[in-house]
Amino acid sequence: MAEIERDKLLDIYTRTMKVNRTDEKFRELLMQGKVAVMYYCVRGQELVSAAAMAALEDDDYVVCTYRGQGEQTAKGIPLEKWWGECLGKATGTCKGKGGTMHITDPETGIMVTTGVVGSGLPIANGLAMASQNNGDGRVTLVSFGDGAANIGGFHEAMNMAQLYKLPVVFLCQNNRYGEHTAYADHTDSTDISSRAAGYGMKGIKVDGNNVNEVYPAMEEAVEHARSGKGPVLVEAMCYRMMGHFFGSDFSYMPPEHLAEMQAEDPLPKLRQVMLERQFTEEELDAIVAKIDADIDAAVQHALDAPLPDINEIYKDVLEETA
Amino acid sequence: MAEITMTQALNLAIDEAMAEDDGVFCLGEDVAAKQGGGVFKITSGLSEKYGENRIRATPISETAIIGAAVGAALAGQRPIAEIMLMNFVGVCMDQIVNHAAKLRFMSGGQTPCPIVIRTTTGVGVGFGGQHSDMLEAWFAHVAGIHVVTPSNAADARGLMRSAIDANDPVIFIENILCYGLTSEDPGPGYRVPLGKAAVAKEGSDISLITYGRTVLDALEVAGELEKEGISVEVIDLRTIAPYDEETVLASVNKTGRALTLHEAVRPFGTGAEIAANIQEKCWDNLKGPVRRIGGTFSAVPFATHLEQAWIPQKSDIVAQIKASVGKD
Repeated sequence: MAEIERDKLLDIYTRTMKVNRTDEKFRELLMQGKVAVMYYCVRGQELVSAAAMAALEDDDYVVCTYRGQGEQTAKGIPLEKWWGECLGKATGTCKGKGGTMHITDPETGIMVTTGVVGSGLPIANGLAMASQNNGDGRVTLVSFGDGAANIGGFHEAMNMAQLYKLPVVFLCQNNRYGEHTAYADHTDSTDISSRAAGYGMKGIKVDGNNVNEVYPAMEEAVEHARSGKGPVLVEAMCYRMMGHFFGSDFSYMPPEHLAEMQAEDPLPKLRQVMLERQFTEEELDAIVAKIDADIDAAVQHALDAPLPDINEIYKDVLEETA
Repeated sequence: MAEITMTQALNLAIDEAMAEDDGVFCLGEDVAAKQGGGVFKITSGLSEKYGENRIRATPISETAIIGAAVGAALAGQRPIAEIMLMNFVGVCMDQIVNHAAKLRFMSGGQTPCPIVIRTTTGVGVGFGGQHSDMLEAWFAHVAGIHVVTPSNAADARGLMRSAIDANDPVIFIENILCYGLTSEDPGPGYRVPLGKAAVAKEGSDISLITYGRTVLDALEVAGELEKEGISVEVIDLRTIAPYDEETVLASVNKTGRALTLHEAVRPFGTGAEIAANIQEKCWDNLKGPVRRIGGTFSAVPFATHLEQAWIPQKSDIVAQIKASVGKD
């Protein structure tokens, strides 16, 4: 397998750290009591999101879930709008009406963030169907967890996508838990990717903690979908290193599993790869410092932003109320 | 002008919308020529004309059908999704009520969802408990959806064009027993605006508010009672939600009496909402309580005599009207 180009590697690193620093900042604000909202931590899954978004073009479509911070910030939603929405402000992507579970930003291709497990897959098919109908060459990527693989919509969507050879990449971030239930307690399937064969679809299983594996896999899947060969199911193995949502109990996660997660943490591994590819500590630190400064500015902007006008509750219900 | 059936009216409306706009496409079970052009032939002849990408015959996968319609709408297309029979909406309610209906609002207006969900139903053809229900109240209760049903072929043509034009989801309910009804063809481009009721028959003693197949019963009863000196005004809502409150309230303010009628079961039905609204807003002009008629509160039965007894009876409509006007 060819080495990832240096520029692309730097791009992936930058996106990964943006996701990670955003996650760290969110948890810090929650712990300080400066914000009190639902937040689904992405610690441990940063690289998968970043590699997936780095494999897409800017105008490709993305559908993600309530645990979608990684896709959203890595795809490039302006941070001020992202934080504005998460804090329920008028300056948010959705004027504060969607919130952390429904971030939408068509300008950067974030078309739907669903709060319902598995509901994104059928919608991704529709975005891809539009691309197939009008020949715009876009790929749609839908991200979901291993828990979503057990809901009916997953099966219906996979079957339909392959039937029509839709340009979709189904990205299963197998983080080993569906809500509070461990993988082995929610399915007897050895893996999710092998289910693709049941639909006649291409399936790829990859180590989501290793940039040299996950990025080429994402690139291959996106190329396959874009070339008209049909959808691909990518199962990226990773870990959700926190509870289901911020503040939730994670006593159900056994200590030996937590230790295993630490050993597989994608961030030190990525840093090591960067150093091996002759990026310096100083360069990498400077990237993170810049990201932190951007996040701090965006958070401050959101904290200072006005609340949505009270009449917003009546608007955008139907076109007549726009 | 020639007469057309409701089946032809719907086919013509979809055909002309597809001819005018490449973004309009149909998807659903059995809709293409290979499968016979739809179980009720509404899309007959269209796949030959527009190809199988624009008349997409799907697997039996209601969640995938509506999900695909939602996604395509977000990308700027105007999908017409068919759910073969209305009871099957139970399979895809998440896509309709959590996604199609709410994406405009939850995105702060960025992602409207212009989809038409065509679906068929109706009591009286022996389809039993899972193929007959009128479930319009389920959708009328959700903000962000239009709910529409025609009672005649001309309205079917005009409402379908308006539904396809709409920039929000529309649940378009067709009654199996109405497909064969004929009207004078209103011609190409005809539109009936959403949210606008029709006064199907003018009257002065009582307002009978209904929609869909029961408009036929209402008109028949109104004709009979006319001979007895009771003048019934029949309002055909056409759009069930959001409904034409102005026309309904004006009618009741004029007549002072109201009866709601629908094939759907009575408890928590749309008639209850309309009746409550009338009592709040027309109280000073009301001469008596607003009355309601709906289907029997049980599953739709199979045996013909049971099924016929289940449906709102014309004799009940007569009795309720006579009780209301004090001539029982």
